[in-house]
Amino acid sequence: MSQDSGHYYVPAPSTYPIIGSSALLFLGFGAALTMNKIELGYGLLAIGFAILFYMCFRWFGTVAAESESGKYGSDVDKSFRWGMTWFIFSEVMFFAAFFGALYYMRVLSVPWLAEESEVLGQTAWGAFAGGWPATGPADHYEAFEEMNAWGLPALNTAILLTSGVTITFAHWALKENRRDALNKWMLATIALGVLFLGCQGYEYVHAYNDLNLRLDSGAYGSTFFMLTGFHGFHVTLGTIMLIVIYFRCAAGHFTPEKHFGFEGVAWYWHFVDVVWLGLFIFVYLL
Amino acid sequence: MHPFSEIETGIKNCNNHVGENMKIKSVATLMGMSALAFYSSMAVGSKYNFPEPQSVIAQDIYDQHIVLLWICLAIFVGVFGVMFYSILKHRKSLGYKAANFHHSTTVEIIWTVIPCLILVVMALPATKTVIAMKDTSSPDMTIKATGYQWMWGYDYLEGEGEGISFYSKLATPMAQIENREAKGDNYLLEVDNNLVVPVGKKVRVILTANDVIHAWWVPALGVKQDAIPGFIRDVWFAADNPGIYRGQCAELCGKDHGFMPIVVEVLEEEAYAQWAAEKLAASSGASQVASANIEMIADASEAIEAAEENSENN
Amino acid sequence: MAAVHGDVHDHGHDDHHPTGISRWLTTTNHKDIGTMYLWFSLAMFFTGGFLAMGIRAELFQPGIQILEPELFNSFTTLHGLIMVFGAIMPAFVGFANWQVPMMIGAPDMAFARMNLWSFWLLPIAATLLVSSFFVPGGAAAGGWTFYPPLSTQGGLGVDMMIFAVHILGASSIMGAINIITTILNMRAPGMKLMDMPLFVWTWLITAYLLVLVMPVLAGTVTMLLTDRHFGTSFFNAAGGGDPVLFQHIFWFFGHPEVYIMILPSFGIVSEVIPTFSRKPLFGYSSMVYATASIAILSCVVWAHHMFTAGMPTVAQLFFMYATMLIAVPTGVKVFNWTATMWQGAMSFETPMLFAIGFIFLFVIGGFSGVICAIVPIDIQVQDTYYVIAHFHYVLVSGSLFALFAGAYYWIPKWTGRMYDEKLGKLHFWLSMIFFNLTFFVQHFLGLAGMPRRIPDYALQFADFNMISSIGAFGFGLSQVLFVYIMIKTIRSGEKAPEKPWDGATTLEWTHLPTPAPYHSFEKPPVFKPTVH
Ligand code: HEA
Ligand code: HEA
Ligand code: CUA
Ligand SMILES: [Cu+2]
Repeated sequence: MSQDSGHYYVPAPSTYPIIGSSALLFLGFGAALTMNKIELGYGLLAIGFAILFYMCFRWFGTVAAESESGKYGSDVDKSFRWGMTWFIFSEVMFFAAFFGALYYMRVLSVPWLAEESEVLGQTAWGAFAGGWPATGPADHYEAFEEMNAWGLPALNTAILLTSGVTITFAHWALKENRRDALNKWMLATIALGVLFLGCQGYEYVHAYNDLNLRLDSGAYGSTFFMLTGFHGFHVTLGTIMLIVIYFRCAAGHFTPEKHFGFEGVAWYWHFVDVVWLGLFIFVYLL
Repeated sequence: MHPFSEIETGIKNCNNHVGENMKIKSVATLMGMSALAFYSSMAVGSKYNFPEPQSVIAQDIYDQHIVLLWICLAIFVGVFGVMFYSILKHRKSLGYKAANFHHSTTVEIIWTVIPCLILVVMALPATKTVIAMKDTSSPDMTIKATGYQWMWGYDYLEGEGEGISFYSKLATPMAQIENREAKGDNYLLEVDNNLVVPVGKKVRVILTANDVIHAWWVPALGVKQDAIPGFIRDVWFAADNPGIYRGQCAELCGKDHGFMPIVVEVLEEEAYAQWAAEKLAASSGASQVASANIEMIADASEAIEAAEENSENN
Repeated sequence: MAAVHGDVHDHGHDDHHPTGISRWLTTTNHKDIGTMYLWFSLAMFFTGGFLAMGIRAELFQPGIQILEPELFNSFTTLHGLIMVFGAIMPAFVGFANWQVPMMIGAPDMAFARMNLWSFWLLPIAATLLVSSFFVPGGAAAGGWTFYPPLSTQGGLGVDMMIFAVHILGASSIMGAINIITTILNMRAPGMKLMDMPLFVWTWLITAYLLVLVMPVLAGTVTMLLTDRHFGTSFFNAAGGGDPVLFQHIFWFFGHPEVYIMILPSFGIVSEVIPTFSRKPLFGYSSMVYATASIAILSCVVWAHHMFTAGMPTVAQLFFMYATMLIAVPTGVKVFNWTATMWQGAMSFETPMLFAIGFIFLFVIGGFSGVICAIVPIDIQVQDTYYVIAHFHYVLVSGSLFALFAGAYYWIPKWTGRMYDEKLGKLHFWLSMIFFNLTFFVQHFLGLAGMPRRIPDYALQFADFNMISSIGAFGFGLSQVLFVYIMIKTIRSGEKAPEKPWDGATTLEWTHLPTPAPYHSFEKPPVFKPTVH
């Protein structure tokens, strides 16, 4: 703890956590029931999401207000940095689980099944050639075509990389207190994020309609859609965060010296970017 | 931060107590004796230990376990001999004044290195056994065991008795389980059809499962292997003596996981040959067995597909 | 371990906070939140314990008596899940909440509001878990490890468990980030990392492990969920996946998880032993390095839970060697504790008794762990009661005993009242005796061939099972005594002296009055390290 402030801001008692938890009570039961096609679930889910959005809106609003009113000293700022760093680390580990699954299926289990087929003449489901992309040995998986890396995915790579540049420009602008440039670059980044999501959505439609590539297309479909899907979900979150930050910028929040709200989102955006590079290489290219 | 003078006094303090060595020894002897008594009680019945080993691997496992037990016991007596000596003598209520040492690189290095050496001693024989148990090559016969919820299916694939195929199910009546009848001797460890094998022959067991993971385990033969749906695993054993060896499914597989035992009946070679011949004759001709076999496979894959659709529809 | 200068007893500020229920619903105070964590975990310990009593009652005699097989499996599953995620982990987080800020001289946790959220997520997850007993199809019955395809088969209860695990994971991650940030950023000026009390160190490393593996667990249950409902094939060979893949990912989480449940115990014991030996901790820095080594090694040993699943020989050997290596840093800890006691001026109040009981029994559990690590032997004992005995020695007489030690040690600081020493000792001796009665015989059951997770067993296992059950009932009842002691202390305990333990050296004893004020260290104390 640095000596300068001597006082660390500890927020007053708050109702947000208990509101947030009640949201999860609805979401938890709602999701479990929905999965089992029990009508009640949808209603619970809707209530849960409504409460969650309310909570996020109010909670983050409070944080922004506290920040703007100068309550956060340099120690709090450092805490946010550590917190965001470790949060991103946890996200990395979440993706690591799915990358691990991709590695395992592609490098181990699919070849094992193919080997079994070779040795025994068949697997429990008949002959299986293996290779990648693979559906798996059971014959009820329909054939599909692989996603071509050099079409939309390459474009999306360019889009995301560019957005990493634009948000850096925005950051420079903020540090030099060029507010107009800041807002413009923020808008550009958001636009690129939205564009990325649009392309991704189009790609999914293309996969389902033209390639017959679906979530239930065996090993390839599972890993393809889960990895790109969770990434897309994170881009969505990132874009929402960017929009929030844009409005805060537009409202004159942040100073050239103190703007961790901005930086945290920028870090997150870079993280999403890096995950995409991993996806592009391991899911699309190789 | 760590003044060395203090460490030295600490070590000197330790030395002052070497005279107490005798007492440590007597404590150690006492503990060693009780350990010995405990050990000999263990040797009495297999109730306190692994069942009597009936294969080379099982014997290796048995011996290694005993050796490890002794090593652990020795370390245990050593560590807690010191600790309890200290607890008895170095107490405030006896007016003992605390020393102030808190660090000694030498001692710390020693007690890092010694455990390493002990571990090497433990790992060497284990490594050999692992390599031996993994070697399923050139078997005398091959049997496929398939786990079902909740029974085992056996297909004799290669070697004498090739073509035999049957299911093996718990034979204990429900009435015994539900306490309506007195429990028999082999309560829960008896099946309708034993897996029969010849003595001394290297039997390779290929394992797979039809629905969920099961595990094929016969303690006396030193084999346990998970049966994984869709994949094939194998193990081997060669039984030393004729006899009946009982085991159980060792992977939670649902409601009746506790009720799918494994019984291996080991026969002398001639007896086995006779059994195999009778079994084959009983299913009146190899061709029918083969077609029955195919049917079974078809059944199995239908069942798997059904199960999948089930999970898809869930 | 530290000499601190500055105005120590300057706490003349207001303690304004809402009262009654809304205090607990909205508090951002680390002590309040710590208290809630501790009560919650106690409640969950009793819930999990109730399920254990059900298991032991069914296993009292051969035959099916009170629990149908499927319900028995649900009892086992929920017992494991609730004890691990509901009782032991939250209890340690409760200790962290109370102690970490006080021990490093911080005013509160770094993110006080998020701290409250981490807590309130727990009752939600517990509600999901416990209520799943009452939905059609019943609670999850695939073991706390919920291996597919068995867990693909279950019904609504499995989904409730999956979402409960998601919520628990979110809570743990937020809690861990909070603790790491607090430790890294809010230490009193002058307190270097290598000056921190060992409890803080062990929690720093534990929190790191939590952030490392909880997201992986979240990923695993997510894949299980999509396999169940959306047709993915992660754990299904028909689609090119593999049930064993689940086991790898689960244990990549699961093994570090067991160290998450033991490292903070090491921390507590490393505070208690020096205090009651009136002698500094021996080998402070090697303790820190050993803790770190255990954490690092713990990430590369996971497949020792899968020796019977079938693996290439080299993989099996690698995981065997790596697992065995963990005995080395753990041994360093045990030896350091012994050296700390050596030539101390020991006294044996309840916390010390539990700490010594911890070392004694934990080492037995550690040895059976090493025996499990030897692949050929594990082939015999895997999925038997030997493993059950192993991990109850490290979890009950390990984690739980250390928690008891910590509770008796710090309760005077928390409440300003002293517990009843006689009753505390009685609690220790009863726990010690009944614990061993319950679990020691399980080693023999395992060796002799009794599989785990079975509601009924062959006749040769009958006598030991009966002994084990009697021990379990005794152990359970002894824990009622613990609750009685704690409640009695809080309501009518004698006033504790300012510093009841003359050997204590950490900030909460040297720099705060007893009981600790509602807000402590709003101005950071000045920390001057002295010799350890
Ligand atoms: C707090 C929790 C905890 C802790 C600390 C440990 C510690 C260890 N565990 Fe344990 N373990 C579990 C909880 C824990 N375990 C659980 C819950 C399971 C079962 C999960 C399930 O399937 O449901 C399990 C299962 C388990 C298995 C799988 C068994 C099976 O399913 O077949 C194995 C195998 O290797 C193992 C090994 C070890 C080892 C080597 C240690 C080591 O860390 C122990 C190290 C300590 C010592 C060795 C003692 C002190 C050292 C000395 C005095 C030095 C000298 C010693 C020597 C040279 C030997 N454990
Ligand atoms: C993490 C910590 C933890 C703790 C503290 C415990 C505590 C206990 N456990 Fe364990 N247990 C696990 C973790 C833990 N367990 C895990 C992970 C599994 C594996 C699950 C699986 O296979 O999936 C397991 C499995 C397990 C089994 C094997 C079940 C099976 O394979 O089918 C058994 C059997 O004896 C058992 C017994 C006990 C007992 C008697 C206690 C006792 O210590 C409990 C004592 C506490 C109480 C009893 C509560 C307090 C008192 C009351 C409620 C008052 C009423 C009292 C009476 C009526 C007497 N446990
Ligand atoms: Cu089959 Cu357990
Ligand atoms: Cu482990």
